[in-house]
Order: sequence, then structure tokens, then C-alpha cells
Amino acid sequence: MMLVALLAVRGSASGQSTAKPPLRWGGDAEGGAPFVEADPADPSKVRGFDVEIAEMIARGLGREPRFVQVSWASIEQSVERGDFEVGMSGLEDRPELRARHSVSIPYFEFHEVLAVRPADRNRFRRLSDLAGKRVATLGATMAYQMLLDEQARSGLVPISYDDDVHPYSDLVAGRVDAVLLDNIIAERSLRRIGGFVIQPEPAATGHYVAVFSRANASLRDSANEVLRARMRDGSLEQTFRRWGVWSPAQGEYFQRVLSAAASPERDAQAAAVPGASDRSLRTYLPALLRAAGITLILSFLAMALAVSVGIAVAAGRVYGPPVVRALLTVYVEVMRGTPVLLQLFVIYYGLSGVVRLPAFAAAVLGLGLNYAAYESEIYRAALQAIARSQLEAGRTLGLSEWQILRLVRGPQALRLALAPMTNDFVALLKDSSLVSVITVVELTKQTAIYATNVGSWVVPGLLCSALYLVFSLPLSRFARRLERRWSWG
Amino acid sequence: MSGALTVVGLRVARAEREILRGVDLQVPAGEICALMGASGSGKSTVLRSIAALQPFDGGTIDAAGFTLKPGPVPRESKLKGLRSRVGMVFQAHSLFEHLSALDNVMLAPVHALGWTREKAREVAMRLLEELGVAHRAGAYPRELSGGEAQRVAIARALAPDPMLLLMDEPTSALDPARRGALGDTLGELARKSGRGLLISTHDVDFARGACDRVVILSEGRLVEEGPARDVLANPQHPATRELLQHREDSPGR
Repeated sequence: MMLVALLAVRGSASGQSTAKPPLRWGGDAEGGAPFVEADPADPSKVRGFDVEIAEMIARGLGREPRFVQVSWASIEQSVERGDFEVGMSGLEDRPELRARHSVSIPYFEFHEVLAVRPADRNRFRRLSDLAGKRVATLGATMAYQMLLDEQARSGLVPISYDDDVHPYSDLVAGRVDAVLLDNIIAERSLRRIGGFVIQPEPAATGHYVAVFSRANASLRDSANEVLRARMRDGSLEQTFRRWGVWSPAQGEYFQRVLSAAASPERDAQAAAVPGASDRSLRTYLPALLRAAGITLILSFLAMALAVSVGIAVAAGRVYGPPVVRALLTVYVEVMRGTPVLLQLFVIYYGLSGVVRLPAFAAAVLGLGLNYAAYESEIYRAALQAIARSQLEAGRTLGLSEWQILRLVRGPQALRLALAPMTNDFVALLKDSSLVSVITVVELTKQTAIYATNVGSWVVPGLLCSALYLVFSLPLSRFARRLERRWSWG
Repeated sequence: MSGALTVVGLRVARAEREILRGVDLQVPAGEICALMGASGSGKSTVLRSIAALQPFDGGTIDAAGFTLKPGPVPRESKLKGLRSRVGMVFQAHSLFEHLSALDNVMLAPVHALGWTREKAREVAMRLLEELGVAHRAGAYPRELSGGEAQRVAIARALAPDPMLLLMDEPTSALDPARRGALGDTLGELARKSGRGLLISTHDVDFARGACDRVVILSEGRLVEEGPARDVLANPQHPATRELLQHREDSPGR
């Protein structure tokens, strides 16, 4: 009712009694130019060729475009939920996409291209040259799928990123040996940072499409009419020219699309991902278990680091001279007062000019040093909870301060610290999902990839939760048992 | 004269308040001396100063041949001579909660004196045997009764074979029967091995039954001293009389 009233008011205000509601379209401004980016002149607005195409579609339907920000990996889920009617942002045409949603005719043809350092120009010409090498791309893309397929064939190591900028900076920095991504992204990065070359031979060809909810095929059909009309009248070409992505080959591609207008479904097969096949639980489970193993190993190593550093920090804060105490207090407050996500970025990207840590080591270090601050507070409180008479008893027996800490105070404090430590370990296990921002594919990231590929969070979400619980529940039980055994009085 | 303990002119002040105003005290080898006084009279401060657990401001302390001077408490590395010769039993026994009775007794011999575990275990078991708690060697402090814990704590303090044993209110957690038994045990400890024992207590019956000598502390000064039976039977100083008075007022013994 309220919606109707609102629309009525809106209609009369603009003086159009038959005004249609605005066309809500979703895209990711983080994806940047030339797709969708915040307008430098007015950051509350967006611009890019996808923005202009969305406007064309909206106007062609007699509606006003309205932009909705959504993270790139969630566009398909969001359009199906009804957050908006059209999703666009360099979305790749894939068979799975067509199986799950209504998809427009492809409006742009791109190539997956390989970027390598200049010195490797002749060594790494195509994917098959990269056996055993680290190759970066965006997660949950056609390119990532190609890398996974190549991994099975040649043992190439796919590295998944959450953004399309750091793959290239890491290529230049030597952290990865190649990047496989859309030619548009590759060319944009070449202009921006340089320092690498793009191999001329495309690894694959793909197409950008707009996505609609499965039930909204009629809107898709209307949008297709608008797209074909704009291909014919040259306004799409104008847009692509404006954004510097037009080529004669694109014109030929338009002709093919238009001549196939009678049977648009033929275009559906245009996205030829080599080796792509129907992914099911059976194919994803091993990857999920492997990722769970990474989560577990990462958490154990980070916790071991957190415990060792935490003990040292706590001892320093209890026993150290004032200068040491002050420095350690600063460490603890900085680590606890800033997001662990930020710390991971600083360690992995920020320090890459000084020390170039492998992603896994940076993840262990970042999580470990962050949790060390929390651990040290637990140990400090536990050390201070030990009665003074226990320490004095140790002194009158002739034990040195170090022996008292090691033999009397430490062991008793450890028992007090055990329960909060276990809680922290369970928290660390879950926080380890943050390291996907520095390219470590752990359980949550793998689940997100899985969910994006199968188009549903239900099965991946349940599996992922089950795996986390398998780790955390026994831990909590184990700690409760130890606590009971060690409780006094 | 050869004494287990000689304290001359001991003074302790905290901020404006004088806690000890010049205490002179001697405990010869083989003697059990009771240090008595009302709460706040400074008994614990005397014991803690002798054990180098707190600094003092004036006087000297000669504890089993180790001399302590006024000023900050020396570093533990400088106190090794004192630690091996002076033992202390705390009021609330202060056994290490995470170690068994036997391990509590073995800890100092193994780690502070560097004995082998075999030798430390042998000595510890003999001490627990003598104190009648050998059958509780494997028990943790929380599993011991008050009397048992007290005995384990004494065994722990005796393991390094100190010449002077300081005890802070040893009877506070014991029932009357246990107090008598403790008196017998301590008597043997002093007479057989020639140790000096300085025991702070406000338990008049225990002092009379178990101690050779009594010194009475009041407002930071030593006001009366002498053989336990004489002082407690015929008190001269008002503070002593008040101590005895309190005992008669209190219910039970």
C-alpha cells in the first residue's frame, strides 16, 4: 500500500500520471573503469561503459536508471533475491549463469590474456608453459576456472585475488609469475602500473552479459531488443569508443550477434571455457577439504606464534623495566585497536618493498601477531592472579625469579589462562577466513567460490559450517576436560 | 654466643608510621621462641624482615650467620646464603597448588640446591615420614586437611636443612588436638637437630606447651621476655596481661 502511495506521489510530482518505476541495476564500483567506477567529479555518481549501457536499457524501457552498489561476487545472488532487476559489471557469460538466471545477449567480446614480466616474454607464452608456476587471477571467474583446469593438467598453481589490481602489482613484484585476466583489465593495469607485457595470443574468448532473475525473462527479452537496437544504431559502438575498448573485431562480433537475432540461444554457447564442466558436490568436496586443512594448519601455526609471543609480551609487561613495559603496552594497544584486516594488508602489501613474504607466511604472521596481543593480556591477568604468598614461598625456598616464573607462577597461570585461550583459538579459527584478502584460499574462501559456481549458498554453507564445527567443538570439550582436571578447591 | 638468630635495633617505618621501633631479639640454636603480640603489633614484620621479604630501615639482622643490613632487599642472587639456612612456613601454608605434596617438598632441593631427583626424593620422603604425612605424598594441596597441609609445608621448609625456621601463626588452621601434636613435632625438630625456631603466634596454650621462651611485642617494641611458663604465668607488662585476658574471653581454647 505504502509503495503504491509513494509511487503515486512520485508520479504526480514529476507531472507524469503514467510514470514507470526506476530501473534498479546492480554493479560494483570497486571494479573500476572502464566498467563501473565512482565519478571523480562527483563520487556519489558512477560512470563507465556498463553504466552507459544500463542507462541505454533503462531509457529504452522508458524508465530511469538507478544504481545499486553490490560486491562483484554477489551480483548473481543479489539479482535473484530481487535487490535489483539487472546486474552488470563485466559479468562473464558462462553456461552455469544461463542455467540459473535469465541472461541478456552478450554485448561485448573480450579475451582472456596472459600477462608476464618482460623477461619471461618468450618463456611463458601460454598457460601450458606455466607448469608449477604461480598464476594469479580474480576468484570466481572464468579465468580462475581455466587455471583450476590447467592445475589438474600441468600442476600450475592458481592464486586467487579479491581485486584486479594486486595480481598485477604482485606480478611486477615477483610474487606471481603470470596473470590471466580479461584483456580490458590487463590493458588498464598496463597503463596504470606498467612493468609487464601482455601476450598477444588470447588464452580464451568470453563475453560480457547482463543478468536478470530467472523469473524475469520478459524484462530480459525487452532489454535484448534495446541492446540490438543500440548495436544497429551505433550508440553502443560510441560508448565503447568513448571508453577506449572498441576494435574492428568488436564490430564484426556485433554483426554476428545481429544476424543471429532470430536464434539468440546460439550465442549462449559463445562462452567457450576450455574444460569447463558441470561442477557438483563430488568435484568440490576435495577442494573444500583441502581448504579446511589450510584453515587448520594456518590456525595452529598462528596460535603457536600468538602463544609464544603472548607469553613473552606478558612476561615483559610484568617483569620488564619501565621502557620495555611501555613499548609492549603500545604494541598491545595498537594490535588490539586496529582491524586485523588492515594489519594483514600492511604486512602483505605494505611491507612488500622491504620484505616480500609469501602469502601463507604473511597470514600466519598477521594473525599470530594480532592474537599475541590478546593472548598476552590473558597471560598478564593470569600471572597477576597468582597469590603473592606463592611467590614469596618460592623466594624463601631459594628459587630465582626465573625459576619462580617457570616452576611456580607460570604453570599456575597457564591453568587459569586455559579457558580464555581456547575461546581465542576458536575465534582465531574463524578469523582465519580474513586471510583470503591476501590470496590464501582457506575454507570460507573456497566455500564462497563453490557457492558462486553452483549459484547457491545452501549446500556449501552447510558443509562449511559443519567443517568449522568439527574443528571447534572438540576443542571446547577438550578444554573443559582439562579445566576440570586442573581445577582446585 | 652462638645463636641461630640475632636481631639488634630493628626498625621499620612505612610512610609516617613506625611499625618496629628498635627490636632486639635472640634465638639460640636448639631453642623454640614464641613471638607474641596483639594483631598489628609487628610480629609479621619481624618475620618478613628476617626472611628478606621486605626492607627495613635500621638495625642489623644476623640470621644463621647471614647478615642483613638496612635498605632495599638485596637481589635473590645475593641471598643464596640466607635462603639455604633460613626456612619459612607461611600462615596459610602456601603450598604450590599445581604440585603434589612430594613435589612441593622436592622443588627447592632439585632446583635451588641442584640435588639429583633421587636424593631429593629420599630426603623428602624421610621428612614426610617424620612428620607423619608420608601416606599423602601423592596428594595435591587441595586434597589435604589443614593439619596435613601444615606438615607438608614444614617438610618443604625443612628440606634444604635450614638452621633457623620461621613460622607465621602455625596453629591458626589447626584444632586443639593437632596443636598439641604440632608442639611435639617442633620440639623434636629443635632439640634433635639443634635448629632455632622463631614462631609468631597469639595462641597462648601453644606457646606455653611448645615453646621454651616467649617475647612479647607491643606497638613495635619488645616489652617483655623470658621462659614461656614464667612470662605466661606471671605477666608483668599490661600488653602481656591483655593477651592473656583475650584468651580467657575467647570461647573454646
